[in-house]
Amino acid sequence: MRPFTYVEGISVADAAAAVHAAPAAMFLAGGTAIVDLMKLGVLAPAALVDVQRLPLGDIELDDRRARIGACVRNAQLAEHPEIRARWPVVREALLSGMSAQLRNMSTVAGNILQRTRCPYYRDPHSACNKRVPGSGCAVQTGWDRDAAVLGGSPHCLAVFPSDLATALAILDAIVYTRRGDGGARRLPFDGFHRLPGDTPERDTVLDHGELVTHLELPDLAIARRSHYFKVRDRASYDFALASAAVALDLERGHVRDARIALGGVATRPWRCTAAEQSLRGKRAELASFRAAADLALADAVARTHNGFKIELARHVVVRALSELAARPG
Amino acid sequence: MVRLSVNGERHELDLDPRTTLLDALRDHLGLTGTKKGCDHGQCGACTVHVDGRRVLSCLALAVAQQGREIGTIEGLARGDHLHPMQLAFIECDALQCGFCTPGQIMSAIAMLAEVEHRRQLDDVAIRERMSGNLCRCGAYPNILAAIRRVRT
Repeated sequence: MRPFTYVEGISVADAAAAVHAAPAAMFLAGGTAIVDLMKLGVLAPAALVDVQRLPLGDIELDDRRARIGACVRNAQLAEHPEIRARWPVVREALLSGMSAQLRNMSTVAGNILQRTRCPYYRDPHSACNKRVPGSGCAVQTGWDRDAAVLGGSPHCLAVFPSDLATALAILDAIVYTRRGDGGARRLPFDGFHRLPGDTPERDTVLDHGELVTHLELPDLAIARRSHYFKVRDRASYDFALASAAVALDLERGHVRDARIALGGVATRPWRCTAAEQSLRGKRAELASFRAAADLALADAVARTHNGFKIELARHVVVRALSELAARPG
Repeated sequence: MVRLSVNGERHELDLDPRTTLLDALRDHLGLTGTKKGCDHGQCGACTVHVDGRRVLSCLALAVAQQGREIGTIEGLARGDHLHPMQLAFIECDALQCGFCTPGQIMSAIAMLAEVEHRRQLDDVAIRERMSGNLCRCGAYPNILAAIRRVRT
């Protein structure tokens, strides 16, 4: 690990200004991703500004919304009884990812800002445009079983791994930030994560020194019937091969409204609006769910070893919707 | 200087900021009960308690743990009286090589504390909640038996 200086953030403004002023500085929260990547030699910040003791650790709730501090631990969010009741997909997504130890350490902001698990990103000796812009993409000629089937570019095929982000994609979430120059932004979650295009080194629209301070979940009737279903290589404690966050508004066996997002198969959280629209007015039954799943994966592109993800993701969407439709309430 | 409170004892250490909590415990405080397995947060061998919650000491920077109470496997026994989870691991033969055992025990104790209705914890739930602790000897059936014994 390269040497760095450790700075404890005194206030939100102070922490953002400190990172903004130093091009090689980064924020430190739970540390579960950044310490790992520093050990691997993938990241080498000159300074870490610790934001864990800033007053960003509370979950505030009222009838209109949940306001979730950036440093709320993932375990804390998953355990919250009102989150469980009003946004069950959030809890299910969180509990399907990480181990209990990691959920106790890592924060919700760190979760949605986590870097890809692409093996070439994590190996400093491989070509990776996300790690070293312009160095190439080793996946294009290499091991592509884990590569994205949606949203890729000739410069990057890295899957975005966050389960929480996949859930937030169907919840009209808002990301609140404080910028290093003192300004603040309110960013709809829909456009928060970027497609790789020819600048895959930027995962999100955040600028250097811009600190996520809160996530907001607006109250959403459809979210009360929501669900996360995830398939992994092993039974627990693994990243998704394919996952789906879904929500259904049902009336007498028919779909009034639906929300669908895919995880584990795309370069960013992947909302499937065409699939959602196809379900409106349809009977909540297998044939409708299959048609929606086909639409959700219609643009998927297979490479040598990852074609199975397309079929798997279709089944994941059908399974998630079927399980949810069968739920009472 | 980095101030750490470990098993109720306060320490002041001169540490490089790169030092993980795991390395501080093992190399600076001589508490080698906590094990370094993968050193990347994937195996759970380094599990300790921070303010009563189970965490991975290999991914925690020591300098960021000031003001928190750290608990390790060395802090469980009271003299010769082992913690019930330690006793259960011995009685159920819940180990072979023993390398993952301190992490398993620390994780299991915190896991039970996380659960409101312990009696409802079935084997599937225990396995899921303990999935962050790998055992390469495959002693899982007896680890499960030990935790079940303490649960009831």
